[in-house]
Amino acid sequence: MNNAPSSVVSARKLGLTFETGDGPVHALSNVDLTVNKGDFVSFIGPSGCGKTTFLRVIADLEKATSGEITVNGMTPEEARKSRSYGYVFQAPALYPWRTIEKNIALPLEIMGYSATDRKARIERTLDLVNLAGFGKKYPWQLSGGMQQRASIARALAFDADLLLMDEPFGALDEIVRDHLNEQLLKLWARTQKTICFVTHSIPEAVYLSTRIVVMSPRPGRVTDVIDSTLPKERPLEIRETPEFLEIAHRVREGLRAGHSYEE
Amino acid sequence: MTVFLRSWQGAVALILCLAAFASLPLLAADAPAPFGTGTLLLIFLMIAGTALISFAGISPSLLSTILFVVAHLAAWLLLAGIAGNEGKATLAFFLMVTASWLIAWRCVAVLSGIHAKSAAGSTFLRLLIPAIFGAWILIIWEAITRGFGIPFILLPPPSAIGARLAGSVPILWADVQQTIFKAVLFGYVVGCASGFVVAILADRFAFLRRGLIPIGNMVSALPIIGVAPIMVMWFGFDWQSKAAVVIVMTFFPMLVNTVVGLTASGAMERDLMRSYASGYWQTLAKLRLPAAMPFIFNALKINSTLALIGAIVAEFFGTPIVGMGFRISTEIGRMNVDMVWAEIAVAALTGSVFYGVVALAERATTFWHPSNRGG
Repeated sequence: MNNAPSSVVSARKLGLTFETGDGPVHALSNVDLTVNKGDFVSFIGPSGCGKTTFLRVIADLEKATSGEITVNGMTPEEARKSRSYGYVFQAPALYPWRTIEKNIALPLEIMGYSATDRKARIERTLDLVNLAGFGKKYPWQLSGGMQQRASIARALAFDADLLLMDEPFGALDEIVRDHLNEQLLKLWARTQKTICFVTHSIPEAVYLSTRIVVMSPRPGRVTDVIDSTLPKERPLEIRETPEFLEIAHRVREGLRAGHSYEE
Repeated sequence: MTVFLRSWQGAVALILCLAAFASLPLLAADAPAPFGTGTLLLIFLMIAGTALISFAGISPSLLSTILFVVAHLAAWLLLAGIAGNEGKATLAFFLMVTASWLIAWRCVAVLSGIHAKSAAGSTFLRLLIPAIFGAWILIIWEAITRGFGIPFILLPPPSAIGARLAGSVPILWADVQQTIFKAVLFGYVVGCASGFVVAILADRFAFLRRGLIPIGNMVSALPIIGVAPIMVMWFGFDWQSKAAVVIVMTFFPMLVNTVVGLTASGAMERDLMRSYASGYWQTLAKLRLPAAMPFIFNALKINSTLALIGAIVAEFFGTPIVGMGFRISTEIGRMNVDMVWAEIAVAALTGSVFYGVVALAERATTFWHPSNRGG
């Protein structure tokens, strides 16, 4: 394979078809995409466009049925087995019988980090997501936004430089969401991770990303890839600048072009 | 009307006092030891007076203390007066017992309305209220059996059962050791443990799950107690055969519950483990078993009562001359019904303690479950 060393995810003619009782469903078809190291890539599109499926293929939670994909130059399965990514789900998925600390320790225990290393990493990641002091709480004692931050901390605790996030803030209210978006950008700047971020919010995608991948359904495919011209330093107010609105407009156009209103 | 509503129990108790007063005496004319006038007066004044006090707006703790003392003192006087006069009670006696019961009811009603400020206080209340309830079941039982002179064989009064219990502690203790400490505990531990282990194996190996679980469901529908005579044939008369019955009875509830519990973890949580490249045993230990704990404890609780039933009934089919089931089956044949009841009381007590210990362990283990969180 001729992967440039800087490419983290590279997909060529990727396709995934689910066989269902009502015939095959083409979740992904002919997806060509490269995610470079240090990118913040958002996947945006309507329901059923395959954005989550694509993320799950990267994570080896689904298997592609055609085409090729490499993650860190390996097959997704090898990449998963070498623990090269952290995954943040739509819900926090914290274990209620473990404290926040212990939840963050979970991947570290599985991956065999030493107790002292675990302790240091828990402290560091709790600090990173502004949850210092909440380590001894149980997940159900925290608000939804704090729980999702804890789940991000869990994904950051081990040494994976790829972070896959599947609509992590979808269930939160607008104000909490703005706040977490801002924190996520700071976190991205501090940790230098590569982030793949699934969302269906245009402002969220434009605000966060260096590249925006617009997808459309039936079959799930990439219709546009937009490179953001926004600076790396982004206060929340940037969302009112003409530059921001122009990118948002282009995303909306891309979504509209790929969307059929037949149904 | 509102005054009446404040304590309808008090109002009814007053009416009952009047009715009882009109239909005195408390015992039939030929009773060998009738109530003394002083005792009689004391009982009436106490109940009527307290019924009146219950309308007053005094502090709930003081009121409940008065109600508590009077209800139980009156009950004690009434029951003490019936000793030696079994079967001679008249309507007035039962009216007065009912009146003191109503006072106790009022007491529980007042206690239920108290919100204790300290943790110790609320624990005390939580224990006191059911204790008063239980005490009154015994008091009414005692009053009815003695008052009506119900034949001993049909239903002995609790005082006789209590006396028998106190007088037969060595025998009862030997029975408990034989039945509970040997048959039940051994059978319970082995039955639950093997059910658990087989459930894990069935989870790991699909052919076991496909083949064994349907058969397990079928076997658990059988009346397992029917195998008791066979177990006695196989394992002899001593506790081993009873333990075998307990093992058979507790095995399948544990198996079925654990297998179901292992599927209780969510898809997202399992995906999470997969993203960590977690192995089967790691996922089992860190996700699936903790998530299965509520189901496993369900089985442990069901089994705690099943084990007791199994061991006692299995002893009906042949035992050495010790054991709770043996005692029940032989003493009923000898018409020693009080001993049977004493044995039942011991079984109820040990069964409750057993269940309570399991339930406490559950609370400590599955504190995180929404049904146990409590804020």
